[in-house]
Amino acid sequence: MGVLESLGLGFETAFTPVNLLFCLIGVALGTAVGVLPGIGPTATMAMLLPITFGFDPVTSLIMLAGIYYGAQYGGSTTAILINLPGESSAAVTAIDGHEMAKQGHAGKALATAALGSFFAGTVATVFVALLANPIADVALNFGPAEFFSLIVLGLIASITLASGSTLKALAMIVLGLALGTVGQDIATGAPRFTFGQRELFGGLEFVSLAVGLFGVAEILRNLEGSMTRSVMVKKVENLWLTKEDFRRIRMPVLRGTALGSALGVLPGAGHVLASFISYSTEKRASKRPQEFGKGAIEGVAGPESANNAAAQTSFIPLLTLGLPSNSIMALLIGALLIQGIVPGPEVINDEPELFWGLIVSFWIGNLFLVLLNLPLIGLWVKMLAIPYRVLFPAIIAFAAIGTYSISLNAYDVYAIAFFAVLGYVLIKLGCEPAPLLLGFILGPLLERYLRRALTISQGDATVFLTRPLSLTLLILAVVAFVVAVLPTVRRKREVVFEEED
Amino acid sequence: MQRARKDLLAGAVFAGFGLAFAITSTTYDIGTPLRMGPGFFPLVLGGILVVLGVSIAVKGFVAGEGGEIGNVPWRALVLLVAAILFFGFTVRDLGLVPALFVTVLLAGLAGRSARVIPAVVIAVSLTALSVLIFVVLLQLRLPLVGPWLGG
Repeated sequence: MGVLESLGLGFETAFTPVNLLFCLIGVALGTAVGVLPGIGPTATMAMLLPITFGFDPVTSLIMLAGIYYGAQYGGSTTAILINLPGESSAAVTAIDGHEMAKQGHAGKALATAALGSFFAGTVATVFVALLANPIADVALNFGPAEFFSLIVLGLIASITLASGSTLKALAMIVLGLALGTVGQDIATGAPRFTFGQRELFGGLEFVSLAVGLFGVAEILRNLEGSMTRSVMVKKVENLWLTKEDFRRIRMPVLRGTALGSALGVLPGAGHVLASFISYSTEKRASKRPQEFGKGAIEGVAGPESANNAAAQTSFIPLLTLGLPSNSIMALLIGALLIQGIVPGPEVINDEPELFWGLIVSFWIGNLFLVLLNLPLIGLWVKMLAIPYRVLFPAIIAFAAIGTYSISLNAYDVYAIAFFAVLGYVLIKLGCEPAPLLLGFILGPLLERYLRRALTISQGDATVFLTRPLSLTLLILAVVAFVVAVLPTVRRKREVVFEEED
Repeated sequence: MQRARKDLLAGAVFAGFGLAFAITSTTYDIGTPLRMGPGFFPLVLGGILVVLGVSIAVKGFVAGEGGEIGNVPWRALVLLVAAILFFGFTVRDLGLVPALFVTVLLAGLAGRSARVIPAVVIAVSLTALSVLIFVVLLQLRLPLVGPWLGG
């Protein structure tokens, strides 16, 4: 199938009333959680996953993906209006966006963010459509040894761009892998680490892990201090950009889109990195760098375009290789697995409606987002008035019901509490939660490929080094690890992530 | 010593989990690389985890970056865990409405300056909202009142 023909199929799939409706619901929910500080897209998607089990796979994915990129839009609204990034990638937007809001140009900043994001999202979607087939074709030649090495590469690469200590991130991955072995062994059926409890034979529920780690542990973090926030801008007016504004944001949007599209493919915090690099690029390229930090419209346009482009292209490794580049993508893998679809290079050929329908839905979703965010901005501003003392009990309630509804298993609910405490302790001790989730979801796949590869090679462990593709992937993994521990890279990374806080 | 406390604790947590996984794995069939038993993969992972845990602790000891652990919201921690466990423990026998009400009430009391009456109001409204969303709209088959209450 050619790209055009495939896109046609995608439009057919995405434009069914059901898919349009759930795309809208997804992006609206995403905007809401992006706007609200204290709840992120990962926790929201985890809580809503159980609801989507009854849906068609493509509908479920369209909605879940919408939550993700919708949150990128919503995050910038909060960043601009109250200088509190709802999403980590919106942190840069807050620098100049909030400054603009203080000067009475909140409407302009919001419009710039929305239009820049829309343009970037559209271009990046085309990028995904063009790149997907060639990458998947390469991966079709992969055997179990290559997939094993690919997962190792993905796991290692995800810590290269993460913040904090590399050793701790590595330990989080391995702990995730180990927790993934709980339950019946697929090959022999023997129960492992179940303490003799039948309820644990199916393994730990990944929804419990995600909700505990990203939902409840996050609540505990927020309750450490007092949560006060004030919406400075109550009413947003004058959303129109002048000709002069358009001229000023043209190049930043283009550059941001290019940067974001490229960096989004990288595992880890690609979209956060993209917005930071875009900001410094614009500052350097500008004729008036002194305006940056004091309300430069370029400082909003570039990073916003970059992070939205990256949000779209981060689907490339997931859709073509079955490799998640961050915790959101890991959740989508979980959603696919539950629907009986094993993510990998076959998906694009075996499930063309799913693949192309999802891609086209990105574009529709981005269009919805512009409509939702510009004319309806007042609604989102009002949402900021919801006090946290109402919000977090709601998170607990939805998390508990949603998780319990998966298989009416009380142990899945207990697991939320376990992972919340474990996650909170580890976060307190300076560990990032995302690698744990990645390891947990990829663990069973890693074990399966390891076993298959070794069975085919008659137990010869050198198979990973003698097959050229597998060797290449492992060398890349070593390079990624070396880069992660190199002192110069470490220092740069720390600068980037310190600014984020 | 004070400076490295975070790393020492983190290392201990990882090494502890690693040991637990490794030791338990040895009670399962390990097998050979060609025919791996259920214990093989977790045993390897447990071993790696112990090594990483020890390295984190040692590194913390040698070049501790430190940083304060900061205060822990103990009341919230206890109440939120209790809220979640209560839901899992009672939802089948008490039914969705009473189990959820208590859960949300406990959670609502977890905030720093939480008072009882607002927490009750929040619990009542959130329970109603959840029933509306999950039972009415999403048609989730959960009994509203369970056998313990004659439902």
